[in-house]
Amino acid sequence: MLADFSSFKGVWTLGEQREGKISSVSYELLNWGRGLADKLGVELSSIIIGYKIEGVEELIYRGADRVYIVDHPLLERFTPDAYARVLEALVKEYKPEVFIASATTLGRTVMPVLAARIGTGLTADCTGLDIEPETRLLLQTRPAIGGNVMATIKTPNHRPQMATVRPRSRKPLPRDPSRRGEIIFKEYPEDLYKSKINFLRFIKDDTLETPLHEADIVVSGGKGLKGEKNFQMLHELARLLGGAVGASRSAVDMGWISYPHQVGLSGKTVTPKLYMAIGISGAVQHLAGMSSSETIVAINSDPDANIFKVCDFGIVGDLFEVIPVLIERIKKYKEERGND
Amino acid sequence: MRICVLVKQVPATDKVKIDESTGTMIRTEMEAELNPLDMYAVEEAIRVKERLGGKARVTAISMGPLMAIDAIRDAISMGCDDGYLLSDKLLAGSDTWATSYALSKAIEYLGGFDLIFCGERATDGETGQVGPSVASWLGIIPLTYVSKIEEIGDGYIRVWRAVEGGYEVVETGLPVLLSVVKEINEPRLPNLAGKLKAKEAKIPILTAETLGLERRMIGLEGSPTRVVKIFYPKLSRNGRIMSGKNPQEAVDELIKFLAEKGII
Ligand SMILES: Cc1cc2nc3c(=O)[nH]c(=O)nc-3n(C[C@H](O)[C@H](O)[C@H](O)COP(=O)(O)OP(=O)(O)OC[C@H]3O[C@@H](n4cnc5c(N)ncnc54)[C@H](O)[C@@H]3O)c2cc1C
Ligand SMILES: Nc1ncnc2c1ncn2[C@@H]1O[C@H](COP(=O)(O)O)[C@@H](O)[C@H]1O
Repeated sequence: MLADFSSFKGVWTLGEQREGKISSVSYELLNWGRGLADKLGVELSSIIIGYKIEGVEELIYRGADRVYIVDHPLLERFTPDAYARVLEALVKEYKPEVFIASATTLGRTVMPVLAARIGTGLTADCTGLDIEPETRLLLQTRPAIGGNVMATIKTPNHRPQMATVRPRSRKPLPRDPSRRGEIIFKEYPEDLYKSKINFLRFIKDDTLETPLHEADIVVSGGKGLKGEKNFQMLHELARLLGGAVGASRSAVDMGWISYPHQVGLSGKTVTPKLYMAIGISGAVQHLAGMSSSETIVAINSDPDANIFKVCDFGIVGDLFEVIPVLIERIKKYKEERGND
Repeated sequence: MRICVLVKQVPATDKVKIDESTGTMIRTEMEAELNPLDMYAVEEAIRVKERLGGKARVTAISMGPLMAIDAIRDAISMGCDDGYLLSDKLLAGSDTWATSYALSKAIEYLGGFDLIFCGERATDGETGQVGPSVASWLGIIPLTYVSKIEEIGDGYIRVWRAVEGGYEVVETGLPVLLSVVKEINEPRLPNLAGKLKAKEAKIPILTAETLGLERRMIGLEGSPTRVVKIFYPKLSRNGRIMSGKNPQEAVDELIKFLAEKGII
């Protein structure tokens, strides 16, 4: 039995905002969406929910043909019940064939709620999205089992086809202020916006200079660091490079650094431009969280360490000798460049 | 208070096989364990019971093949009071949509719970979707990425959610579903009494028929998503390795490499 899906048209991306400011993941997602919409020959729309949202045109400059905006004081902060109801109402009215969100804590919460409500499939944390030419179906590719396996998934008999996409897996498209598009303000009965969740306060995590998931450069330390105070070196290195500090589970378990810094299967997944693994052996569970980084550098005293198999550049050596030299050289390099 | 924990049995992470024709994981003949991230959910459920002076019952629920009973026994050995296994050939190949539907039906069948705990994600499928979807089927609030239960009182709960850049403190009424992150606690090791209790526990099996599951909503057939291809990524990068160089030389090469890549 093949259902008729001809009334479902267009690609949607879920934008995100915080305190009215549109987050960069919204633009990254539009880059994914643009590619899909062009292949399908359909329009690309961005959805944005919040309160006093600023600079909505930016979504158009970054690739959207249309923006659906739902702006209301009750929607200022993300709540899964209200946001899912708003999305359900939008999807039922406009029927997109593809709807993608970022695999952020918001996307990974609201999309599964929505999928169950509207009865369609959802593929988590994709690293690749494409259109199958013959069928016009969305091909959703994602890692599983700690990145040891990649799977391509389709949603043949349900619409919309939904997926979350790993943040930072694409850059935003260049800004094009000559792009034109339509901005549609949607309003629903206020009941739809009412959440059962009361927001009380936000506690900023100050131990993360740059949040790990946003950092272009991640400097990670493992058991080879031998102690808490040696992480100071990594903090200094990260500061110099404008990056964040990560860690292996062993380092976290030893109490040298807090859990939010843990990279890997039971920690965070990161895909920075540069990942430096310092005194980390490269266990599969650690690789699960960082193996898709653009460039990987490893420093380890053991020439047989597994991490050397997956790195682009490796130094076999004692990190206590290498890192101080590296810090000093980077400082010098920056000074020289600064004087140019 | 009625509490339940959703626990999944997963392949021990370093030995996993995939059936290339169906694209599903081969779950037999393989070492399996309780999803490591579910231990934090079990631990937190038990801690809530302790906080309430024992005035609660903690039930572990799992869906999977018969061998998944071991995951429930592990949960009981840590301190859960009882457990149920949802197991049926008709459920084989269920995706997160079908799994969450079936689990929500099991929860309803057992009379509902005030608190439903689950792990942040399972280490095999790694979707993290089952928890929020279960909440959606049940029409209750999902509190995801919970890193701390600050307060739990008469019909309400206040938690910390670990989100990008910090923690969101929120409050809501019960019932509620909580998916917890590793940060929340340090799971206990089962003691001898716990192990004994787990060994002897009677764990009822729930079938699709018992729960009145709709066939078109379960199993491979009832799953909206289809795995169409499986492949193994090449992790090896054949990078340049500086070996036997003094630190100065090695670092100079590294700086050159980073500069060429435009990273610094
Ligand atoms: C279910 C499960 C989930 C897991 N999840 C994670 C996860 O999310 N993240 C994670 O990281 N791990 C995870 N692990 C643990 C993982 O298997 C490894 O135990 C861990 O990654 C090892 O950390 P490490 O590399 O810091 O320590 P080790 O393996 O001990 O490696 C330390 C390295 O430092 C090197 N070294 C020592 N001294 C020096 C020196 N002076 N100079 C240079 N190098 C030096 C050594 O040669 C060695 O290679 C998980 C395990 C399981 C079972
Ligand atoms: N088959 C299952 N049986 C019981 N609980 C499950 C099952 N699958 C997933 N869960 C729960 O949902 C969480 C997220 O799993 P997943 O969406 O598969 O990553 C797990 O940590 C479990 O708490």
